[in-house]
Amino acid sequence: MTPDGHLPDAEAALDAMVERMRGAVAHDAALVGIYSGGAWIAERLAARLPGAHPLGFIDVSYYRDDYALSGLKPNTRRTALPFDVSGASIVLVDDVLYTGRSVRAAINELFDFGRPERIELAVLVDRGGRELPIEATYTGVRLAVARDRSIVLSRDSGGALSLCVEPAGVVG
Amino acid sequence: MTRNPQLTANGELTHLLTLEGLPAAIVTHILDTAEPFVSIAEREVKKVPLLRGKAMFNLFFENSTRTRTTFEIAAKRLSADVINLNIGASSTTKGETLLDTVDNLCAMNADLFVVRHSQSGAPHLIAAHLTAKGRSHVHVVNAGDGRHAHPTQGLLDLYTIRHYKKDFRALTVAIVGDVLHSRVARSLIHGLTTMQVPRVRVIAPRTLLPTKVESLGVEVFNDMREGLSGCDVIVMLRLQNERMKGALLPSAGEYFKHYGLTGDKLALARPDAIVMHPGPMNRGVEIESPVADGARSVILPQVTFGIAVRMAVLSIVSAN
Amino acid sequence: MKLEIRNGRLIDPARALDRAASLFIDAEMIASVGEAPRDWRPDRVVDAAGCIVCPGLVDLAARLREPGFEYKATLESELAAAAAGGVTSLSCPPDTDPPLDEPGLVEMLKHRARQIGQARVYPVGALTVGLAGATLTEMGELAEAGCVAFSQADVPLHDTLMLLRALQYAGTFGHRVWLRPQDHHLAFGGVAHDGEVATRLGLPAIPVAAETIALAKIFGLVRETGVGVHLCRLSSADGVAMVRGAKQEGLPITCDVGVHHLHLCDVDIGWFDAQANLMPPLRGTRDRDALRGAVIDGTIDAICSDHAPVDDDGKQMPFAEAEPGATGLELLLPLTLKWANELKVPLVDALARITTGPAAILGAAPASLAKGSAADVCVFDPAAAWTVCADALRSQGKNTPFLGLEVAGKVRATLLAGRVVHEA
Repeated sequence: MTPDGHLPDAEAALDAMVERMRGAVAHDAALVGIYSGGAWIAERLAARLPGAHPLGFIDVSYYRDDYALSGLKPNTRRTALPFDVSGASIVLVDDVLYTGRSVRAAINELFDFGRPERIELAVLVDRGGRELPIEATYTGVRLAVARDRSIVLSRDSGGALSLCVEPAGVVG
Repeated sequence: MTRNPQLTANGELTHLLTLEGLPAAIVTHILDTAEPFVSIAEREVKKVPLLRGKAMFNLFFENSTRTRTTFEIAAKRLSADVINLNIGASSTTKGETLLDTVDNLCAMNADLFVVRHSQSGAPHLIAAHLTAKGRSHVHVVNAGDGRHAHPTQGLLDLYTIRHYKKDFRALTVAIVGDVLHSRVARSLIHGLTTMQVPRVRVIAPRTLLPTKVESLGVEVFNDMREGLSGCDVIVMLRLQNERMKGALLPSAGEYFKHYGLTGDKLALARPDAIVMHPGPMNRGVEIESPVADGARSVILPQVTFGIAVRMAVLSIVSAN
Repeated sequence: MKLEIRNGRLIDPARALDRAASLFIDAEMIASVGEAPRDWRPDRVVDAAGCIVCPGLVDLAARLREPGFEYKATLESELAAAAAGGVTSLSCPPDTDPPLDEPGLVEMLKHRARQIGQARVYPVGALTVGLAGATLTEMGELAEAGCVAFSQADVPLHDTLMLLRALQYAGTFGHRVWLRPQDHHLAFGGVAHDGEVATRLGLPAIPVAAETIALAKIFGLVRETGVGVHLCRLSSADGVAMVRGAKQEGLPITCDVGVHHLHLCDVDIGWFDAQANLMPPLRGTRDRDALRGAVIDGTIDAICSDHAPVDDDGKQMPFAEAEPGATGLELLLPLTLKWANELKVPLVDALARITTGPAAILGAAPASLAKGSAADVCVFDPAAAWTVCADALRSQGKNTPFLGLEVAGKVRATLLAGRVVHEA
């Protein structure tokens, strides 16, 4: 929570991300959003960052490390990377950075498509609690939340983003 | 009769032995899981790491390069290790029983058995044996047992039909050929009735139809022109050469005349009907080349879908 | 030895007797029924309270697997099983290895059985040499050695002329012929009843026509020769109808049914359970119901166990490759009682089908508890339930579709010629 106990505004956090990325991100870097929250953010970033950034989406279901425990997730979407991964400068985009395992899976999957020149990570929310040595290059906002809670990003019919906190295990 | 041996106590798929008795929800889950797997073939690295470290044994007691190869490709695309065992039909005369072979392979840490056998019920026997020995982490996938079942073929046929026709509940499907000896036909019939296809027809001479085949939920036609009328899907079955002996049929020529799929017979079906075949085809016996290679034929896509469907089956059983 | 069986309910089908009475046995014979003989001082008293006392059971078909198949079972184990099942007389088919086509083999078998002394064995001799269907056996010699009848066991004899000659020859000397009504070509390769179940499971099937056509052939030959035939193991409703017709016509025909076929049908194969692989195959419910009714009205004269011990390896195979058959000596009584109970058949009639009926077909002494009869007796508790499992069976054959199920009817004592050969 922010010091005054409120959840930060997602749109404000997005503004902060854009500020930090503008001028820092390579002008031809590809933006690859991790489904589904990361995908929404990547779309918004592509619209707001200057330069022509190829837009891709990645589903990490097949690369997760918890397959043996929980099986395949339903509604696997197609990974779509409409650019040459080999030699590309890529910014992976996700909504919440927590343990780091989704990002690890996404990096592994990207490498199955080719050898990128560079991968950076942009996240809307960093909630700490890392279980792997992974850090974001660009962060919208930092947030501490209890272990038994999930931070969920939602998008309304008008495209506006909002954050809420739910008990862990609720489908996000 | 015991609980469905394919499902765990929680109703999840742990073996795929037959489409008979499989809940529609599980069939749909397999088809839905297969869909994204189709696109993996378009990647440069055609692999995902789902079954990394798992050992899949292709236990083929009956020769089949095609089926074995598609399972091998499916498993390798999931990053599993594949070991092929072609035991041939004389395994039992060599002294080692079927179950002894299975036990030995379990001792070598097998995770998955893909079994093809000339006798109906062999995969069920293996699955029951694994359960009796407490080996719940080892899974069996039936790649074809005698005349009984070929569930992955049935599933890929369902996938193909769903891909082109969308709604099962509005279709008329005809299966043409040697239904008596066909595990492909039996599995497809079970799959179609499970998915509530309203009209399933079999078209064959009486010598090639099993006793009381209507009890499977099909309508019988001996006249192909009548049977094809108004069909949305036509599935042609392979006619094996051996059927000419044993007094089942007089000749391939006469069979082709009455039951071969030609352009003019195809015209009796709906204009957008699709033509399917499990392969390999006997051109000029059950199907003529212009139809097999024609615009309505989806025989090649079936093969592509087959790999994705097998990937889905292997992934799903391995997780349970 | 003087032995008294007291407090039991005596059922003697031979005399339509069913009443509470004691049985008095002196040496090998029954000395008296109901009232003790004069100066009666028994060496032993068996308390049969709550039990039924009936003649020892007579089983028309029990494979003892000797000679040749000792890995499946031996005379020791199977005759002990007979005694445990209350069976005091049994007949074994000639399909041993070598087949029973030589007097020496038959004598050896009878000698061994006498030495073991747990049941009377009545061998059925081979009709043709080697069961090969080409040459007749020396039926005279075999009968002298102890064969009570001649058959081909389950081996088909499809040369109709050969079968005609065999009947004529046997008939000349008054030998009995037992035949399995199954057409070789229609049954070839089949392992299950030709119906919905075999179609679903993709199993090679045997149509009912295999039985009816064979019956028609046999009846034709019986009319032609006048020689009587005993039909082994009826399996279908249409078959029952034909036998009924033949008997009405006055043909000298008797027949039996395997006890498993009175209870099970093809649906019991379930998911390819090889324990349900039997020959003839388990057919549909209509067939089973017709068989059940036919035993009541006498169209079927006898129930037998069709005992066939099969080792584990023989059953742990894909269905069509598994060896057919079920263990039966210890199930004959409880399964007969189950049938009787379900169809409300009076016990005296039900027990007739496993005592007097088969005894008459064997040509053996009538199974009876009358004074002067051989003291072959079975004492059983009809209400005692037990679970069919490997430990509960004396037979080496643990193969039965009833494995794991509970049945009622436990033998408490079996006497052979006045000697207790089994007690529980």
